Amino acid sequence: MVLSASDKTNVKGVFSKIGSHAEEYGAETLERMFHAYPQTKTYFPHFDMGKGSAQIKGHGKKVAAALVEAANHIDDIAGALSKLSDLHAQKLRVDPVNFKLLGHCFLVVVASHNPAVLTPEVHASLDKFLCAVGTVLTAKYR
Amino acid sequence: MVHWSAEEKQLIASVWGKVNVEECGAEALARLLIVYPWTQRFFDNFGNLSSPTAIIGNPKVRAHGKKVLTSFGEAIKNLDNLKVTYSKLSELHCDKLHVDPENFRLLGDILVIVLASHFGRDFTPACQFAWQKLVGVVAHALARKYH
Repeated sequence: MVLSASDKTNVKGVFSKIGSHAEEYGAETLERMFHAYPQTKTYFPHFDMGKGSAQIKGHGKKVAAALVEAANHIDDIAGALSKLSDLHAQKLRVDPVNFKLLGHCFLVVVASHNPAVLTPEVHASLDKFLCAVGTVLTAKYR
Repeated sequence: MVHWSAEEKQLIASVWGKVNVEECGAEALARLLIVYPWTQRFFDNFGNLSSPTAIIGNPKVRAHGKKVLTSFGEAIKNLDNLKVTYSKLSELHCDKLHVDPENFRLLGDILVIVLASHFGRDFTPACQFAWQKLVGVVAHALARKYH
């Protein structure tokens, strides 16, 4: 799966429209993921999962920052997320299937807040981008 | 046998009550064909699918999207009896249409995204949970008679 020039433009466009809401979107993505796919909570047994949880907000901010970083370095996502990739491979070892779940929930969040932004073409580009991020984060697993 | 809580049924019904089946179905199928272009393999006789614009404007895509979502409506009316409701449809998708069940999961997720874009904040996490469960159960029922 390769990101075309228009995919890259579309993805950068999305993140520029999301702007400072990225952190909020990150938190909501996690909230939706934990709710829709309860098995994902197993990676966060130490988290307060209640509404407005500071831990979910904090972690959502980190997730969003990583996505923004990847979008800002979209020509070299592997380079931009190299340390995160190491972390996931050596320490976190989140099963690869969960990156799809997270990606899907991020799309749901973008769709619910910015339906006009998520045209079918942009939807396709963003989905590809999120797949690429997941691939990078699991690339060193074995 | 899947258990549906009263709350889940209510969340599903309240969203479904506001859905324009024709528009939503058309949009969901169009997005499936655009976001996952390999799914076009099942629609060689649909004519022009050469670009997102062509797909969105394609009358066969619209008609088929409406058909698919109408069938979803049947599932919602028969939540406690999905296996039987979709038995023949499952056989059809296996024996005649030869559709990989993974495609049902892809379409289900696309439908959730379309609903989110239409209902915004009203499509709460609890709502999403109920609908993810529904699309999962529908996909499962459709795959059940595969052999």
